[in-house]
Amino acid sequence: MEFEHREAPHMAPTADVATMMQQVLLALVPAAVAHVWFFGPGLIFNLLIATAACVGGEALMMRLRGRPPVRALSDYSALVTAALLAFALPSLTPWWVTATGALFGIIVAKHLYGGLGFNIFNPAMAGYVVVLVAFPMHLNLWVAPRMGDIDYQFLSVLQTLTYTLTGSLPDALTYDEISRATPLDAMKSGLNDMRTTVEIRSLPIMGDFGGVGWEWIGNFIAIGGFWLMIRRVIRWHIPVGVGVGLLIPAGIMWLASPGTEPSPGFHMFSGAALMCAFFIATDPVSAAASPKGRLIYGAGIGFLIYAIRTWGADVDGVAFAVLMMNMAVPAIDRITRPRIVGHRRDAGAP
Amino acid sequence: MPGAAATYDLGKLHGGLRLDARKSQATGLPIQSPPLPDQLVLPLEQHVGDPAQPLVGIGERVLKGQLLAESPGTLGAPVHASSSGKVVAIGPWPVAGRRGDTAPCIVIECDGDDQAVESWEEPIPYAELPGDTVLRKILQGGIVGLGGAVYPTAQKLMQAVSCDLDYIILNGAECEPYISCDDMLMRERAHDVVGGAQILLRALELDHAFIVVESDKPEAIQQLATAMTEVGDERLSLKQIPTIYPSGGEDQLVQLVTNREVPSGGLPTDIGCLVQNVGTAVAIHDWLNNREPLISRITTITGDGIANPMNVRARIGTTIDDIARFAGGYTKSARHLVIGGPMTGKSVSTDRVPLVKATNCILVMSDVPAAGPELPCIRCGDCAAVCPVRLLPQQLFWYACADDETQLRDHGLTDCIECGCCDLVCPSHIPLTYDFRMAKARIRELDDEKARAERARRRFEARNERLQREQREREVELARQKDQARKAGPDAIAEIMKRRRRDDGD
Repeated sequence: MEFEHREAPHMAPTADVATMMQQVLLALVPAAVAHVWFFGPGLIFNLLIATAACVGGEALMMRLRGRPPVRALSDYSALVTAALLAFALPSLTPWWVTATGALFGIIVAKHLYGGLGFNIFNPAMAGYVVVLVAFPMHLNLWVAPRMGDIDYQFLSVLQTLTYTLTGSLPDALTYDEISRATPLDAMKSGLNDMRTTVEIRSLPIMGDFGGVGWEWIGNFIAIGGFWLMIRRVIRWHIPVGVGVGLLIPAGIMWLASPGTEPSPGFHMFSGAALMCAFFIATDPVSAAASPKGRLIYGAGIGFLIYAIRTWGADVDGVAFAVLMMNMAVPAIDRITRPRIVGHRRDAGAP
Repeated sequence: MPGAAATYDLGKLHGGLRLDARKSQATGLPIQSPPLPDQLVLPLEQHVGDPAQPLVGIGERVLKGQLLAESPGTLGAPVHASSSGKVVAIGPWPVAGRRGDTAPCIVIECDGDDQAVESWEEPIPYAELPGDTVLRKILQGGIVGLGGAVYPTAQKLMQAVSCDLDYIILNGAECEPYISCDDMLMRERAHDVVGGAQILLRALELDHAFIVVESDKPEAIQQLATAMTEVGDERLSLKQIPTIYPSGGEDQLVQLVTNREVPSGGLPTDIGCLVQNVGTAVAIHDWLNNREPLISRITTITGDGIANPMNVRARIGTTIDDIARFAGGYTKSARHLVIGGPMTGKSVSTDRVPLVKATNCILVMSDVPAAGPELPCIRCGDCAAVCPVRLLPQQLFWYACADDETQLRDHGLTDCIECGCCDLVCPSHIPLTYDFRMAKARIRELDDEKARAERARRRFEARNERLQREQREREVELARQKDQARKAGPDAIAEIMKRRRRDDGD
């Protein structure tokens, strides 16, 4: 009898890029629900626009590069980029801002570098930074979270959609009436005004650790992240690295001067720190490769988040921290090469 | 008495995989003996080293156990007739070889008498002989490593004698899925495994031997423990190791058992360990006690493409179709035939290939689920996490694509054991093992080329040097003669001139 030839190993692979990406998307669902609950339906519109732009941009670039677009789209990586970008943007964001970030991320940061697997920079963060620089006013417009205050004017679904599509508020409302400082903003400006952290933490927007709403979204992000760890889609090194890199300097400074330094808990539960630890920094393509390298990479991001928040001009700093450490990846990979079994420790190192 | 096998946790293997074992489908029955086939196909090269040279001619009648071919070089193993019959052909035949799809084979038409040669002596009293005599006796048995590497056992032992050895390790790990021939052997012939271990200790004059079994073989462990208690040899101990692929790899096993790492490019004997497969130990035992050379082996025939998966003890040279027929034939879904296990086995296109000394498994599979298209590497690092040698397959893949020989060497391509773990976990479905095999072959070619160029260069330089030296010597000699003649004065010169004229005149 004749048989068909095949190369070893003769077993079905245990993993799949598309499945991994799908699980990442699934892990974001609880956080997305919480986000919509606290900040209104804006995230959904942002998600739709970012998805359309990422998918369209990817299809266009694959066509231009002479490859079948289906192959790139079926790995779901463009959707993950879209989701991460949408989470980074305020819930009220005009569509062209979202689309610009998404297209820059996919076209420039991803495909001009060679597409999936070859991008040096995290596409979502590259796209975010571009719109942060290009549309600073739009990116500082955060609505207040749902926190039980009665005098606050919430936008309806239709009003949110209108703003997303036109960039203008209903006639009766002004920006000042609907926008509120984020906890990080409030902390930064409060400290600049020589107020103490205790005073700032007593503002109504502040919750137990971070801000009202924010910290709940953070909890759900962490749940999704732990689920990804259990499913082995991500490993613990990068999240732990980010946590350690952020919490240790924050902890030391806070212990030294609790009146002028926000607590480590505030740092962890504010802004995009948790999102970064579990979903952004863990993008394998632009991260370091070895476990030790990933700890260093994560710790570098954590420390840079702290440094930018404390001494920098940007309020959060996650995107810049990630992009800076993306640049450091080749060097990290070089110095953290594991010792090959059977080689002496000094051998094999560069 | 499974408690007798303590789980040692001395060494730790990096990475590895817990694979779905799928062994039980073939372990339901005891080891079966298929009937003698009508025809035997015996490849001349069933071992590492020089192919054996035939000692018989076409048309010659041979007996079971008769020496058919012998290796001329220092590394090799003889081939014996697995049954009696007539040599009908010596020539190329399809094989599951390392070097190609066909190889020279001796084809015997069996007469069914299974008549054995009588020339073999009585059982060898190895317990009373000095170690080196025992080694020389082992050499004649045609025994090679039965774990799959088929290194000639006698030579492996002889090389080991000169090393400073601490332990003999009998490998009963059998970590690849589907394969259960060693498991069945240990269950049914535990006493002979122990006996083989004692012979090895005697031959190498050592005091410690470990029999190492993976924890998923409780019956084998129990049988071995019982046999060892009965024998009561304190030099032997049983070790149970966790069931993680590829713990049965030679270097990996040494690392697990002794916490010593085999140096890159070296052998376990460099760090005081000699590893032999349990099947090899039994083969040695059979040869010295029962005077049966290596003419049969136990093999697992299994997979969803075979009707009745089982373990058979078949004659070396039986073609796969004969064994498959004995095992109930193929199922309708049979699509791939793999000689060896599912991780490292070789896929062949015909079942006319013979069972050889290396064949520990015949795996007939239906369609392996399609892996989907190969995607770019996303640097997830899962490959590095499972690599038992702690390589960075994603980097190696990058350099293999770039054909960067320096970086490939620097990142340890030659340390890759081709276990296939990285392949299996790669979410981008990159055939890493295949790519690395190809890259290794290219590096070997480059090395050969370099060696050839180096030899040519040295030859050329040596020739130049010789020519120059001869030239210098001629000049010195000429100068000496001139000098001598000048010193002798005008009469002598005239004498020389006259002699030269006379020489020219002749």
